[in-house]
Amino acid sequence: MSTALLIEQLLNGLQLGVMLFLMAAGLTLIFGVMGLINLAHGSLYMIGAFACAVVASATGSFWLGLIASLAAAAAAGAIMEVVVIRRLYDRDHLDQVLATFALILIFSEGSRWIFGSFPLYLDIPPLLQGAVSLPGGGQYQLYRLAIIAVGVAVALGLYLLISRTRLGMRIRAGESDREMIAALGIDIQTLYTIVFALGAALAGLAGALVGALQSVQVGMGEPVLILAFVVIVIGGIGSIKGALIGAILVGLIDTMGRFLLPKTLALILPAAQAGMVGGALASMLIYIVMALILAFRPRGLFAA
Amino acid sequence: MVEPILEIRELRKSFGALKATDGVSLDLRPGEIHALIGPNGAGKSTLIHQISGSIRQDSGTIRFLGEDMAGLGMPERARRGLGRSFQISSLAPEFSALRNVMLAVQARQGSSLRFFRPVMADKSLTEPAMAMLERVGLAKRANLPAAELSHGERRQLEIAIALALGSKAFLFDEPMAGMGPEGSKVLTGFLDGLRHEAPILLVEHDMDAVFALADRISVLVYGRIIASGTVDDIRNDPEVRRAYLGEAA
Amino acid sequence: MIARETIINLVLAVILLAVPLIAMAFGEPFYVTLSTRVAILALAAVGLNIALGLGGLVSFGHAAFFGIGGYAAGILATHAFNAEPMLFGFEGTTSMPWIWLIALTVCGLVALPIGAISLRTSGVYFIMITLAFAQMIYYFAISWPAYGGEDGLSLSVRNSFPLINTAKPLPFFLICYALLLLAMGLFALIRGSRFGAALQTARQNDTRLAAVGIAPFNIRLIAFIISAMVTGLAGALFADLNRFASPSMLSWHMSGELIVLIILGGKGRLFGPLAGAMLYVLFEYTLGGITERWQFFLGLILLGVVLFARGGLLGLLAGKARHG
Repeated sequence: MSTALLIEQLLNGLQLGVMLFLMAAGLTLIFGVMGLINLAHGSLYMIGAFACAVVASATGSFWLGLIASLAAAAAAGAIMEVVVIRRLYDRDHLDQVLATFALILIFSEGSRWIFGSFPLYLDIPPLLQGAVSLPGGGQYQLYRLAIIAVGVAVALGLYLLISRTRLGMRIRAGESDREMIAALGIDIQTLYTIVFALGAALAGLAGALVGALQSVQVGMGEPVLILAFVVIVIGGIGSIKGALIGAILVGLIDTMGRFLLPKTLALILPAAQAGMVGGALASMLIYIVMALILAFRPRGLFAA
Repeated sequence: MVEPILEIRELRKSFGALKATDGVSLDLRPGEIHALIGPNGAGKSTLIHQISGSIRQDSGTIRFLGEDMAGLGMPERARRGLGRSFQISSLAPEFSALRNVMLAVQARQGSSLRFFRPVMADKSLTEPAMAMLERVGLAKRANLPAAELSHGERRQLEIAIALALGSKAFLFDEPMAGMGPEGSKVLTGFLDGLRHEAPILLVEHDMDAVFALADRISVLVYGRIIASGTVDDIRNDPEVRRAYLGEAA
Repeated sequence: MIARETIINLVLAVILLAVPLIAMAFGEPFYVTLSTRVAILALAAVGLNIALGLGGLVSFGHAAFFGIGGYAAGILATHAFNAEPMLFGFEGTTSMPWIWLIALTVCGLVALPIGAISLRTSGVYFIMITLAFAQMIYYFAISWPAYGGEDGLSLSVRNSFPLINTAKPLPFFLICYALLLLAMGLFALIRGSRFGAALQTARQNDTRLAAVGIAPFNIRLIAFIISAMVTGLAGALFADLNRFASPSMLSWHMSGELIVLIILGGKGRLFGPLAGAMLYVLFEYTLGGITERWQFFLGLILLGVVLFARGGLLGLLAGKARHG
């Protein structure tokens, strides 16, 4: 096994982790501030991807598409919050699960209605096409590196937003004491809508970025959503730091597991069996890791 | 000297920098009511939580009926006979008063893994439960959901549950809170008789009740017991007057 | 006087029995299949209702048990059909009672560790962890090629039951109907029993349960296991109904649908799952007949129920649920 291949897989894991972070950050922020579990977060990811694909193919510009994805997902998020989500803050988690499950059905079938069942395709922008050389030989897609860079920038931006700005101060206050923030005369409804739209925009961004790597289709958000749940459960629900570390952990473990497990098992098993067992084990690996972490820390690594 | 039922030695518990329990030692002897008083935030409820097992102490020992309680959770301690009432009533709100007490009877019989026989037709549950409700004066309200009972009635119900458990010691956290003067008087009379069944560690703000009932009083301030003794000792203790009664007087 | 809910319950039970009988009389086996589907989905939801309705445990992973039940039926029948011995030389079986027994056992054994880990948490964590465990099993099923992988596992013929011709729609319906009634009877017994008292107290106030000396964890774990077993039994029947064990039985949509059935019908009620399943299949059939996009409207209806009609169908018809 060459070093270059290993580095490539590590970078793939990192890229998956970064993308999961974009999803998980919104989810965990929404849970931390509003106490809401939002299953429809994956729909926002899908909306971002569709908006990007549609605008990019209409204008020929990926960058306009990217802006459209942010705007569409943020707008969809804000509308969702005002029309439905707002009524769910005082409800139990069961009602939240059901209502947002209903939203998934509405968004998924609605998109299928508009765009049909065939996937759309989104090209990598010319600026980011091509590859860079890795140490030890081998090439790596420039676009994937760019995704990693975007993720790092978003993590940094979120950190600054929450620790340095007035909005961030209000978000922190909302996490610790909801009544206090209302008593201070802060318009909590608007704050909630903004937080929700922010989380939605991040999900939309993730969808658009990944859309250029895979195809854009209905239901694309669901596997990612569930991985993002695993991330925030591992990281500790409500913790952005937990989401970041959990996301990188899940991204790396999943990618490296798929890469290394069949190879490792091949040392002790016949090749065909090693591939089968290794593949099956690798697909379960992050869940096993999650179970182990929760067995020892039931509230995640960085419980709020 | 009589062996204490409950014996607490050098108990400590901190939450961050706050020392909620700072080296508390006290005991509860057969047949007595031992009142624990102190200003708000003195750590009384934290102490009750540690004794009942819902919070674990940082250090120190709790012995109940001669057995070290370390490592035992709330259910195990309850099964050994530590009955408690809560500062904020803690009941099954949808269940009737009767069913709340029946649950305790069932727990005492040690038989929750029965899946078929209907409890409402089971006289070994309903009859003792009804008897307990009668003892605390709630028989007429037996079929109302706990959520519909008045504040005072819920307190009585909690005591009925502790009785039904056949507890060997009671931990009552502010049983009089929110009761009218009439209710407090009735409950005071009731607790007075109850001490002969099992001793009571009583956390209470109602000083009339405390002075009327307590055999001994311990005063907790900032997690420490600053004085302990008979009613008269406490009334005349200068430190207590300064730290605690001084505020009220 | 008989309570209104009892009358409604009886009516629902009679309707479910009457529809296939009448349909057979008119030579319309399709409606028998539809009714069988209702009975099986209701059975699965009765199982979930033990955890969710009585115990307040919002398991978002019950599809795992539904699917395991289905695969148990599929795998055992495939081995028996191909005369390929499985573990320990066991030859598989096409006999429903054996399949049920094995499905129940396997679901119970899988539910034990899943429950033991998940129940260390509560609230949102519990929801997400049960979801994640179900996904784990789902991904295992689609990535393990021996039993069909993503394609699922077909059953060549419906499994057999002593003295009954299961290949005909009506006898198979009656088997499912009988098992549904049996499971609802079990639910009613549990609800009224000592165990049920402890379980329902765990939902209302687990501190109270602990304070009388009953550990909530143990009670919940047992309820979770029983619940998983009943749902697994339904899964075995579902595979037999479709003569197909599909990975979609393990999918998180399935978990969501099971919760939806309960909520549409009325949470914690004896007949809630049946009412919900009838309503759901009715939507699926009528809306599905009008538009391919029926799930869009299902979403709208569900949203309406959650936001405005929290008692579900039985809540609308029979008023607020009562407790003894």
